Amino acid sequence: MSLDDQNDAAFHEDIIKEVLAQYPEKAAKKRARHLNVIKSDEEAGSSSCGVKSNVKSVPGVMTIRGCAYAGSKGVVWGPVKDMLHISHGPVGCGQYSWSQRRNYFTGTVGIDSFVTMQITSDFQERDIVFGGDKNLDKMLDELNELFPLSNGISVQSECPIGLIGDDIEAVAKKKNKELGKPVVPVRCEGFRGVSQSLGHHIANDAIRDWVFDKTSAEWETGPYDVNLIADYNIGGDAWPSRRLLEEMGLRVIGSWSGDATLAEMERAPKARLNLIHCYRSMNYICRHMEEKYNIPWVEYNFFGPSQIAKSLRKIASQFDETIQQKAEEVIAKYQPLVDAVLAKYKPRLEGKKVMLYVGGLRPRHVADAYDDLGMNIVGTGYEFAHNDDYQRTTDYLKDGTLIYDDVSGYELEKFIEKIRPDLVGSGIKEKYATQKMGVPFRQMHSWDYSGPYHGYDGFAIFARDMDMAINSPVWSKFKAPWKAA
Amino acid sequence: MPRHIAFSGKGGIGKSTTSQNTLAALVEMGQKILIVGCDPKADSTRLILNTKLQDTVLHLAAKAGSVEDLELEDVMKVGYKGIKCTEAGGPEPGVGCAGRGVITAINFLEENGAYDDVDYVSYDVLGDVVCGGFAMPIRENKAQEIYIVMSGEMMALFAANNIAKGILKYAGSGGVRLGGLICNERQTDRELELAEALAARINTKLIHFVPRDNVVQHAELRRQTVIQYKPDCQQAQEYRQLAVKIHDNCGKGTIPAPISMEELEDMLIEFGIMKTEEQQLAELQAKETSLCSAG
Repeated sequence: MSLDDQNDAAFHEDIIKEVLAQYPEKAAKKRARHLNVIKSDEEAGSSSCGVKSNVKSVPGVMTIRGCAYAGSKGVVWGPVKDMLHISHGPVGCGQYSWSQRRNYFTGTVGIDSFVTMQITSDFQERDIVFGGDKNLDKMLDELNELFPLSNGISVQSECPIGLIGDDIEAVAKKKNKELGKPVVPVRCEGFRGVSQSLGHHIANDAIRDWVFDKTSAEWETGPYDVNLIADYNIGGDAWPSRRLLEEMGLRVIGSWSGDATLAEMERAPKARLNLIHCYRSMNYICRHMEEKYNIPWVEYNFFGPSQIAKSLRKIASQFDETIQQKAEEVIAKYQPLVDAVLAKYKPRLEGKKVMLYVGGLRPRHVADAYDDLGMNIVGTGYEFAHNDDYQRTTDYLKDGTLIYDDVSGYELEKFIEKIRPDLVGSGIKEKYATQKMGVPFRQMHSWDYSGPYHGYDGFAIFARDMDMAINSPVWSKFKAPWKAA
Repeated sequence: MPRHIAFSGKGGIGKSTTSQNTLAALVEMGQKILIVGCDPKADSTRLILNTKLQDTVLHLAAKAGSVEDLELEDVMKVGYKGIKCTEAGGPEPGVGCAGRGVITAINFLEENGAYDDVDYVSYDVLGDVVCGGFAMPIRENKAQEIYIVMSGEMMALFAANNIAKGILKYAGSGGVRLGGLICNERQTDRELELAEALAARINTKLIHFVPRDNVVQHAELRRQTVIQYKPDCQQAQEYRQLAVKIHDNCGKGTIPAPISMEELEDMLIEFGIMKTEEQQLAELQAKETSLCSAG
């Protein structure tokens, strides 16, 4: 990694000032704390992003944050494929989260897998006034009858559940006994917290309280049992990841929650080691397993060959020499693939400037994949990261990199306009606005209907996609109408 | 346009009893009246109907599916001398959202013409305005005159002042006004004086002082108002006077000026109802000394 290079700190500081100048005094003061450039502290030998995070968005600005329900239903619980997930409340939250994110899974929808289905209790005025518990009770019976091969049901609370104080825990306990299946109540009402981040935490707590230690699953443990935690299998990400781990001799006994089954979560406490990809959304459950079951956890990064190799070695170091040996073999095995990808795409992408704005992990995790291709991240930011994420960010990014926390629509647009990067990686809400500015764009939440991007196989696809976006011939046809004549 | 009035006050102070007796007196004066009970207990029309109303708006709506499936006739019953009675109803204690229920029920009544062809709409509002739903009759410009039922008891005075705060909050945006205080005698010290003093402090008047009389109890046990049970007794006359005063009070409500907790406490100390800290300490000390000397 070429962290010795620097981004233009002075220029970035100037554009922050320019952006803030447009705000009323109070808003400017608040937003100023969320915008910065990475600076190193010579004495401490470290660097810092120096931004405030995980606080309420400034009223009146366009923020793209989600809510606690989105964090629990959309991220953590929704991909658990053999469970039914009820969007408990009025119909809208369920309707607009129908089909889930691109959490790939194997199985037959409606028979043994239910990820892309949408189930809602469709609250009516009557349910608000008289409470929705009876409705829920009945619904759980009906679901059990309709989908006998489902292995459990989760209840994802929408706002009204908390407002009217429905006792979904009591219903869950009762139905658990009656149906003989786990019923998991999740108190992820959307008004809780400042972003989807609290929803992740609440969902993790529900796994702790309603899944772990509830069954005595027969499971013969082995010395190389690991859990692959917080890979949501977007576009199939978890599959190449799993293959790498298996090739180096580990046994993946659980992969959550992308392509996950409830049984994988139930037996998780029997693993030797937890491997966590999205730190932001599932560090809570890893810390719990460490405290209660004495299972250590390791963060890893499977974006781009240099981070993959680093991560494989880091994981292998937790095991014996056989595994370490095999890890080296795996790295060597894929080197020709890496070389071929770099030979083809690096010349086409070298020196290109990239700006990112994603959720809670990728703003730092994908940095080295770009770096491997010779590209340079000039600005990055998180929607809902916490302080510990920003601390981890400086390991990946150069001094002088522009950092923006919970960036507003206006700010991001201005930053893009001033910096004119060669590529912006963000979400669907940013995509078309950016492309209309004549700047190439890739969706970095959904991989823009492509993927997987994890692992060596994923890197080849990643490199192709970035090249496709930046070097598309369409940009040469892009001329301002007043210049056309 | 009917006059929209509401009776409010601390729980158990006698809102329902006072309102029904007063309305029974008003109907004698030839007024056409609709009662909208906004308490989930649904006991705001019991004395007028001589029975507890079973078919509340929300109860029936829940059975039928939604309020849209209801007809006005299903929920409106006619009681003493043609007084129309409705009850919002609501969930059992501890479930659901009674406040939302009040909003739903009132909207239903209004949309279905329950307010047409009456001179008075009277809301019986739950004592403590615990959430936005219960504030609805005040907030949505429904009730224009609020009568606070209170007594000389400390908590009733606190509640009256709090309700005045609620009225003040919506007085600017809507037309809601404080009609006055109605003191239900509890035979506390200097009760009339205190009620009058509070009324003066919060910029309203004591509209009537209703003396305590056991006949109210007797009537209530028979599910009747005093007006119906013993039309010629003195207590019935009291309610008739109150009815006349309310009728004559049309449009004379005020924007209340509620006072702070400290001011209210000072007032109570002044009237000898509450003791100052010094007094309390002195009493405690005297008690201890007497105990020591006795020991």
